[in-house]
Amino acid sequence: MSGIAGKSAEPQQEALKGVRDTGLEEARLRAFLAHTWRTPKGLYGWLVTVDHKLIGRRYIVTAFLFLILAGLSAVAMRFQLAQSEAGHIGPDLYNQLFTMHGTTMMFLFAVPVMEAFAIYLVPLMIGTRNVAFPRLNAFSYWVYLFGGLMIWVAFAFETGADAGWFSYVPLAGPEYGIGKRPDFWAQMVTYTEVSALAVAVEIIATVFKQRAPGMSLDRIPLYVWSVLVTAFVILFAMPAVMVSSTMLILDRLVGTKFFDPTAGGDALLWQHLFWFFGHPEVYIIFIPATGFVSAILPTFVRRPVFGYLGIVLSLVAIGFLSFGLWVHHMFATGLPQLGESFFTASSLMIAIPSGIQIFCWIATIWGGRPIFATPMLFVLGFIFTFVIGGLTGVMVASVPLDLQVHDTYFVVAHFHYVLVGGAVFPLLGAVYYWFPKISGRMLSERLGRWNFWLVFVGFNLTFFPMHILGLQGMPRRVYTYPPASGWGEMNLFISLSSLVVVAGFALFFLNILLSLRNGRIAGDNPWRASTLEWATTSPPPSYDFSRLPVVTHREPLWAEPDLLPVVEGLRVDAREVLAGTVADAVPQLRVPSADNSIWPLLSAIAVGGAFLGSIYTPWAVVWGAIPVSIGFICWFWPKGEPEDEE
Amino acid sequence: MRHRPVADVSHLPTYDFGAASPMWWGTLAFIALEATGFALAIGTYFYLAVLARRWPIGAPAPDLLPGTAILIILVASIVPNHLVELWARRQDLAKVRLGIVVMSIVGILPLIVRIWEFPALRISWDQNAYGSIVWFLLGLHTTHLLTDVGDTFVLAVLMFTQQGKAGRRFSDVSDNAFYWDFVVVSWVVLYLVIYWAPRM
Repeated sequence: MSGIAGKSAEPQQEALKGVRDTGLEEARLRAFLAHTWRTPKGLYGWLVTVDHKLIGRRYIVTAFLFLILAGLSAVAMRFQLAQSEAGHIGPDLYNQLFTMHGTTMMFLFAVPVMEAFAIYLVPLMIGTRNVAFPRLNAFSYWVYLFGGLMIWVAFAFETGADAGWFSYVPLAGPEYGIGKRPDFWAQMVTYTEVSALAVAVEIIATVFKQRAPGMSLDRIPLYVWSVLVTAFVILFAMPAVMVSSTMLILDRLVGTKFFDPTAGGDALLWQHLFWFFGHPEVYIIFIPATGFVSAILPTFVRRPVFGYLGIVLSLVAIGFLSFGLWVHHMFATGLPQLGESFFTASSLMIAIPSGIQIFCWIATIWGGRPIFATPMLFVLGFIFTFVIGGLTGVMVASVPLDLQVHDTYFVVAHFHYVLVGGAVFPLLGAVYYWFPKISGRMLSERLGRWNFWLVFVGFNLTFFPMHILGLQGMPRRVYTYPPASGWGEMNLFISLSSLVVVAGFALFFLNILLSLRNGRIAGDNPWRASTLEWATTSPPPSYDFSRLPVVTHREPLWAEPDLLPVVEGLRVDAREVLAGTVADAVPQLRVPSADNSIWPLLSAIAVGGAFLGSIYTPWAVVWGAIPVSIGFICWFWPKGEPEDEE
Repeated sequence: MRHRPVADVSHLPTYDFGAASPMWWGTLAFIALEATGFALAIGTYFYLAVLARRWPIGAPAPDLLPGTAILIILVASIVPNHLVELWARRQDLAKVRLGIVVMSIVGILPLIVRIWEFPALRISWDQNAYGSIVWFLLGLHTTHLLTDVGDTFVLAVLMFTQQGKAGRRFSDVSDNAFYWDFVVVSWVVLYLVIYWAPRM
């Protein structure tokens, strides 16, 4: 790749006016584009940028910081549970710890980190220069950050949510919810859901409209399919938790009676609404993780994935079916038997598309020549662990068994196998796989292998015994247990094993820190992979591609490894991307792409202030609407952009 | 990696209408998520209604007048809304300016009538779950109405400035009209739920 032109070559805006990329010599083109798509230097640039790579990167870093916080709360819980009747942590703090652990893992780590990768990768993988609504993207990050900070600052001041990550009423309702704890939880949900919905909208519009010419539906990379399906699941699932958490806060703040059985309300209504979101939530985390697997696997077995169409249809089927399972979280609530049987059947049904994907991956490995690099190890670890989690899932989908193990450590073991095995392992594999693209340097393979084996072995040693503890009757969410229970030794074993997981993650972060500085230079395509993100430099320039690619094959870089077909005719004096037809990606428009702006941040501050205020008074929504409106108007008001001249 | 130019896109326009425009898809996605919110709130209404021995709980059915007046205004607004859409597609600036001013006024009318609509529910939000859910439904639609009227206002002002002359603004006006249709349709459904479900 030719180098980016130096400072002396930086063009002035006037000199650029009206220039198109047609026939421009590569170095000049890159200098022009670097000027047009630049993010200003320093703090101001950091605050105003709309570059999907910078925003995606900061999303990833923030999500991993929340992972550390949630992980440390788990370590604290294991410290307390290592012995019977230990007195390190009292019941009140313990309640906050498991609530903060679950809430953070689900709302502040798992969903955002999956979206973060999509924000970073989708434009690169589909051959465009930014997401469809770049300022909405920036806004979504700030809102997410403020929501996460808010709930952790509240925890630091002993106002940490303490009613579980699902915040059941009446425990979280006005009668029993202490102080403002459930309100902080409910508003954190509002922040993070606003952010997730914003990202879902921009992913859908980006994938539908901004794919490279020729990237018809049957040539979309499987990872992009997975995040597209996820975006739709977010679109239809997240409103449920926004509706329910708003009702909860209204019950607590202004005395509505949604969940009050003495005034015609119903406590189970909360569970229905929450799990209508909560079960798809699991798939919002899991579906992109399967996308990672489908992206990593072909590269390391050196052949296209087996059963492309089958995998796409499975992804879509999982997306649909994920909405038909929520009642299996409520089998112990005394629902009508016919309803329970229906949800048992639908819960078992989702094993079919999940199974199709697994068999396609196995067939891909079978037909290829596997290279056991670290990303591939995590993929194999995923398949092993997820299958175990899937099997216990089939077990708890059946009502009689579920009633026996409900609220025991068996369930804790099951969902950690599914979530850690099903999502975190592929995620770690994804970090190893795309780190070279993001940073320009390779992660250490040696540390990577240690990282994998410590996490994989440590995870199984920590969570497998929980199945047995659960079958022995140990309930979830207890801060201690009596010596006579006989659970002491196994709990000690689990607590010690959890330290192996901690060591594995410590190596992971160490590897990243060391490699950022000293890692081997990656080059454009270190894994010799087939998708478009590897056609540009590592790290990619602000404009992603100097010329937008044209796609003629499902594995574009394997079809034409040295010569990239591209389009010409785009402006270089204004940010411009291509929009095409939804099915066939035939170019229709040269659409402008929004420039840097401070208003997404200021709007997020206004929105965040209104949400925060509404924990204390409903009037915050009324008065907060004024700065919010000002923020949005300034955000959208056109400021004489060059593209308006056309 | 070397490049091989295979297509020239310089002739493509920079804006278009409907499904050709990414913004239209963004608007559709927002409509989908808001419609999901409405559907879940309506689901909650019927869930509570099924649980209750008598519905509405402890109150007469709401007074029909203000809600029906809003229904008439909103359904009638479809005509000017579609005219604005048509003029936007024809890129007729003078008519679009007129139309969007009319739509701004048409948007305020239901908000004014709504001042009488909340009392016409004949129950307070904190009296019982029935009161809570009808206030919730009406509150949701009011927020929805407020944001779109606000958006129409800003667009109306914009159309009278220098920026309004840019071709892309016509596409924005068209997307705004598309969203207004959703505001109208959602009220038809909510009106039936709030006013006629208790009378069944």
